[in-house]
Amino acid sequence: MNRSFHKSQILRFYDCSAVEVKSKFGAEFRRFSLDRHKPGKFEDFYKLVVHTHHIANTDVTIGYADVHGDLLPINNDDNFCKAVSSANPLLRVFIQKREEAEHGSFGAGSLSRRRKALALREDGPRRRTHLHIGLPHDFRPVSSIIDVDILPETHRRVRLYRHGCQKPLGFYIRDGTSVRVAPQGLEKVPGIFISRMVPGGLAESTGLLAVDDEVLEVNGIEVAGKTLDQVTDMMIANSHNLIVTVKPANQRNNVVRGSRVAGGSGRSSDSGASRHSLPAAPALLRLQPDDVDSDDEPDVVLEGVLGPRPVPRLPPPPPPPPPGSQARVNGAGPGLGREGPAHRLLSSLRADPRHSLALPLPPGAVEEHGPAVTL
Amino acid sequence: MMKFRFRRQGADPQREKLKQELFAFNKTVEHGFPNQPSALAFDSELRIMAIGTRSGAVKIYGAPGVEFTGLHRDTATVTQMHFLPGQGRLLTLLDDSSLHLWEIVHHHGCAHLEEALSFQPPSRPGFDSASGPLSLARVTVVLLVAAGDMAALGTEGGSVFFLDVPTLTLLEGQTLAPDEVLRSVPDDYRCGKALGPVESLQGHLQDPTRILIGYSRGLLVIWNQAAQCADRVFLGNQQLESLCWERSGRTLVSSHSDGSYAVWSVDAGDSPMTQPTVTTTPYGPFPCKAINKILWRNCESGDHFIIFSGGMPRASYGDRHCVSVLRAETLVTLDFTSCIIDFFTVHSTRPEDEFDEPQALAVLLEEELVVLDLQTPGWPAVPAPYLAPLHSSAITCSAHVANVPAKLWARIVSAGEQQSPQPASSTLSWPITGGRNLAQEPSQRGLLLTGHEDGTVRFWDASGVALRPLYKLSTAGLFQTDCEHADSLAQATEDDWPPFRKVGCFDPYSDDPRLGVQKVALCKYTAQMVVAGTAGQVLVLELSDVPSEQAVSVASVDLLQDREGFTWKGHERLSPRTGPLPWPAGFQPRVLVQCLPPAAVTAVTLHAEWSLVAFGTSHGFGLFDYQRRSPVLARCTLHPNDSLAMEGPLSRVKSLKKSLRQSFRRIRKSRVSGKKRATSATSKLQEANAQLAEQACPHDVEMTPVQRRIEPRSADDSLSGVVRCLYFADTFLRDAAHHGPTMWAGTNSGSVFAYALEVPAAAAGSEKRAERAVEAVLGKEVQLMHRAPVVAIAVLDGRGRPLPEPYEASRDLAQAPDMQGGHAVLIASEEQFKVFTLPKVSAKTKFKLTAHEGCRVRKVALATFASVACEDYAETCLACLTNLGDVHVFSVPGLRPQVHYACIRKEDISGIASCVFTRHGQGFYLISPSEFERFSLSARNITEPLCSLDISWPQDTTRASYRLRESPKLSQANGTPGIVLAPQSRNGSPDPGHSRRADTPEPPEAMLSPMSVDSATSADTTLDTTGDVTVEDVKDFLGSSEESEKNLRNLAEDEARACSILIK
Repeated sequence: MNRSFHKSQILRFYDCSAVEVKSKFGAEFRRFSLDRHKPGKFEDFYKLVVHTHHIANTDVTIGYADVHGDLLPINNDDNFCKAVSSANPLLRVFIQKREEAEHGSFGAGSLSRRRKALALREDGPRRRTHLHIGLPHDFRPVSSIIDVDILPETHRRVRLYRHGCQKPLGFYIRDGTSVRVAPQGLEKVPGIFISRMVPGGLAESTGLLAVDDEVLEVNGIEVAGKTLDQVTDMMIANSHNLIVTVKPANQRNNVVRGSRVAGGSGRSSDSGASRHSLPAAPALLRLQPDDVDSDDEPDVVLEGVLGPRPVPRLPPPPPPPPPGSQARVNGAGPGLGREGPAHRLLSSLRADPRHSLALPLPPGAVEEHGPAVTL
Repeated sequence: MMKFRFRRQGADPQREKLKQELFAFNKTVEHGFPNQPSALAFDSELRIMAIGTRSGAVKIYGAPGVEFTGLHRDTATVTQMHFLPGQGRLLTLLDDSSLHLWEIVHHHGCAHLEEALSFQPPSRPGFDSASGPLSLARVTVVLLVAAGDMAALGTEGGSVFFLDVPTLTLLEGQTLAPDEVLRSVPDDYRCGKALGPVESLQGHLQDPTRILIGYSRGLLVIWNQAAQCADRVFLGNQQLESLCWERSGRTLVSSHSDGSYAVWSVDAGDSPMTQPTVTTTPYGPFPCKAINKILWRNCESGDHFIIFSGGMPRASYGDRHCVSVLRAETLVTLDFTSCIIDFFTVHSTRPEDEFDEPQALAVLLEEELVVLDLQTPGWPAVPAPYLAPLHSSAITCSAHVANVPAKLWARIVSAGEQQSPQPASSTLSWPITGGRNLAQEPSQRGLLLTGHEDGTVRFWDASGVALRPLYKLSTAGLFQTDCEHADSLAQATEDDWPPFRKVGCFDPYSDDPRLGVQKVALCKYTAQMVVAGTAGQVLVLELSDVPSEQAVSVASVDLLQDREGFTWKGHERLSPRTGPLPWPAGFQPRVLVQCLPPAAVTAVTLHAEWSLVAFGTSHGFGLFDYQRRSPVLARCTLHPNDSLAMEGPLSRVKSLKKSLRQSFRRIRKSRVSGKKRATSATSKLQEANAQLAEQACPHDVEMTPVQRRIEPRSADDSLSGVVRCLYFADTFLRDAAHHGPTMWAGTNSGSVFAYALEVPAAAAGSEKRAERAVEAVLGKEVQLMHRAPVVAIAVLDGRGRPLPEPYEASRDLAQAPDMQGGHAVLIASEEQFKVFTLPKVSAKTKFKLTAHEGCRVRKVALATFASVACEDYAETCLACLTNLGDVHVFSVPGLRPQVHYACIRKEDISGIASCVFTRHGQGFYLISPSEFERFSLSARNITEPLCSLDISWPQDTTRASYRLRESPKLSQANGTPGIVLAPQSRNGSPDPGHSRRADTPEPPEAMLSPMSVDSATSADTTLDTTGDVTVEDVKDFLGSSEESEKNLRNLAEDEARACSILIK
């Protein structure tokens, strides 16, 4: 056991392999350090944490903030190891009581949201409990191979999930020619190909798309007969939930029909980027509520300070307008919890004196990522 | 799952039938002046005129409304055209030396133009070398002899060939070689030199056997075709340009390359004449340019007209485009602004008449047609009822106003008449009067407004086939521009010799690019209009029947709203003239609002009932109460990250770029809407395959391919603050119980702002409202998550119909909107259409066009489509034009795709940018700087030429077998279906008022009572009528052009789309 309980200040100076840990439970902080190279087992870490916080008798979940500011769980040796090794330089650990954490608020953007929104959670709608099936639950999907059962084995249908608007999709397409079997023999036909991947982009990190893959469909629409610009526009218009069907240039990693297991990454096997990639099995997709409609991006509607118009010649004036204005994410139905753009919009509007914002959330409008926004 | 999602709905046969009754795509007529004309012909018997263009189009014009269009299959310049007099047939010569015979044929009472025969001279026959004198390789001139049965072809080699016109076959053995002519020429003239090309062939009016041949070297020969000998020989020594044979045949006049003309007398003696009677160099003594064409016309009064083009002193006026008209001592040098293509006189051609008595002179210039009345002293110009030079200053925007009330129409017409007073003495009306217009009187008056670069707005009568100028509004007089002094100086220094006279209205030079008109809106009930320009000027005008002198109140609105860190580096705002200014009758300015910073106005809208005008630029939008003359609202839409707009150089760069582009377009005229050629799809495919086979496999190609980055639209793209559309509506914004005035604004970054307006009610009985301030409160703000630019906004009433225009409902001109049911707002972005409920803005229906088709929306309008089968059935639909040039129609408010058609080539970005939809399912777009193509999406509301021509020649049916193809109209000029006169269903009925569909038994009133078209639903609104080429457009264009070089697939695709109309 290589645990060390030095004070962090001292530690910084003479032990570079140590990782400073700042652990937070409620309003309390504890600081300690871990060895970056030999972090040890999760179980020991858990014991250490509850010991440090003097909460030995409570059931807690432990999470940490990754480099993107996302709150990710620490619940086994692997992710504990990952957490320690990726700490740069400080590992921020968040501890929650198990019942409070029940709402599964891990995921992209969840940390920042939590910071602002803790107060509201008690009023928030009670969510139905999630199915707990293994590890994938605690990760957010980045991409998935879908429709393995209906596609030819030579094709691959990849779905890219874009979380928030910040992360680029990160690939380029070009014109090219591909060879088709025609009645009169082989025929060269124009096609659209992936020409380049942006390093660190979403497309590269999934490992499911590669340079020179031929794009056959975009969100179910064949690209044959469409120009490069048309295909570009189609992809961008669908960028929040992009489903591309490709014919991979490398046909060796194809999904084997019947096994129901995704063949994993294509030729790209960059493990550095796979930190937040989880090539999901088709089974994962079934876990999600049918989110076909979740690509209906909600438009943000801000209500101005605007009560009912005072109607002349009406002695009792209508009830005064509710103070302040409202913002809501528009778009009914479950699975619509994208507050990111709303945030940006709201914050950009705060400068405008006409807008004083307070937003009670319409029930049911927020799911999946937990509580809503209050400013 | 996926399969289910993307499956298309099955076709409902009933709906399909209804769609066929509602929608039909036709390109009906081309308005304006043909681009790049190259040839002119006139049939004085039928009184019709033909214009040929460099793209191979042939257009025939008669009386207003009589128009025929044809297109040669090859894109070759039409160099000459000759009418077979009285026959309605036209012989055209292309610059590839092929001859084509066109004829006007009647189908079921309506005439149209068809190519009957063509003749390609044997270019390199085995026995005849190309350089030999007998080669027919290059035809220089054509003369029709013997009442059009035979044609003489003069060639570059100096030979004259003869051609049988009815069959277009060469008459062997009659060929007149230069050697034969040289036999009758004295030896000392021969001196071993060739005679040169045949420059001119002239026939004798009374004696068809005699032909006057002029050779380039100067030799003139009167050849007797019957006797096969030279009657007379004139040994000219000056290089010949053109010849004219006087009516009686006694006098010849020849024009020469040194700017002189010579008159020869035919009567004197038998010996070859060596000296002309008179030689004159009209603009001597200094070296002059050639006289390209000369006409001699005699009059009963004894003297004669000599009309010639060119001949100007080379050094001082060599660059002028002049036609000189000389009669006795009177010389007028008509000074035109563009090149002279050709000219003719309208005169008597009956052989029994002794005198020509020219009535009119028609001059075809590169940019316009000018007709002068030669019978009235002073030779005034006759206003043309068609062929209007739309581009007299470059068109910067356009708008269409449908159903103009008769009263306003009359006022505009009278204002236009006062503007260009007809000389009372001029009795001559338009001299080209051939044919009869069978189209009925237009059911409603349609006004097309074009804004121009020089700050003018032109009003055109777009009701019928002929686009007639009505009135011209100039806004330049309100502003001080630097160019005025220079102008007056230039005029003062002008000499009075030569006696120049400026003729024509084509004036491509703008005084100040800031004057350019960007947006126009007209309220047809109050005759108020708003004109917005490049320097942020927003001008509210009102129609007045009397001239007045008054000051214009000026206000400025700061759209930046104290946004920090901004410096405008673009142009200054225009400085208005102060004090009372005289205004002629017509639209007179009342209020001038200037936006700060003075960026170009990108959106404008007017609500005359509320006396409000809203305007937007790339920085924000403002609302102005022009009754109280006070600003109501200003809102900055700039995104803090939009550094480009914040720093300001953008607008300068853009406007400079734009004006440069426009200048180039004008000067070089390089951008012509290409003509679509019918090539079989299979050959295209083979071509594409061949091309692809030539290319190496993409893997081993060294060159970097064109590639596109797939990145979602981010918020901090530049230009995100540009206000794209503004809209006024009386609807429910606050709550579902009370409706009230609202204003909507949409930006380039997908934001929509909705303001509730507090407009004080008008006092009873007066149109003026109480003097209380209008207030605007921000009601809703919608951020479309896909962040695409908002192209248009419209509010739909409880029945799903668009709200009527201001005053329409209150004056009982439209059905009042349903204020009971829930209103909805339709927001059209470049990528999607969405309908939201009001007042709670929640999404109801949507259509994601870009996600499905990969195209982006450029223009959108709500239009009423009336059924051809059922008189009073009409639907309001959303018509949209995409960046690929396709027109889509969607149902409203269901947003279901109905039909789509390929309309404009996607490379034609200015065509796409200039498109304007009308309220009844028609549209206009520019196919060249000077021509609007009119198209129709409605199966019922079609404006197309329907005309007949009284022609007299024996039409033998056997000749039909000679016809190359039955209907050239499928590939008309600019890919236009042209005059689709007779769908197979016309049933032989000569009455064009009858239904176009034979299978629908329909009372003829269906088209004869077209008021129902208008009154059924007048609640359609032309949402956006911009003529702006945006940066996006250019990006599209650049991208697609480089791409198309790489890949022919697009071509094949276009081809496929052109011939199949997909009905989904």
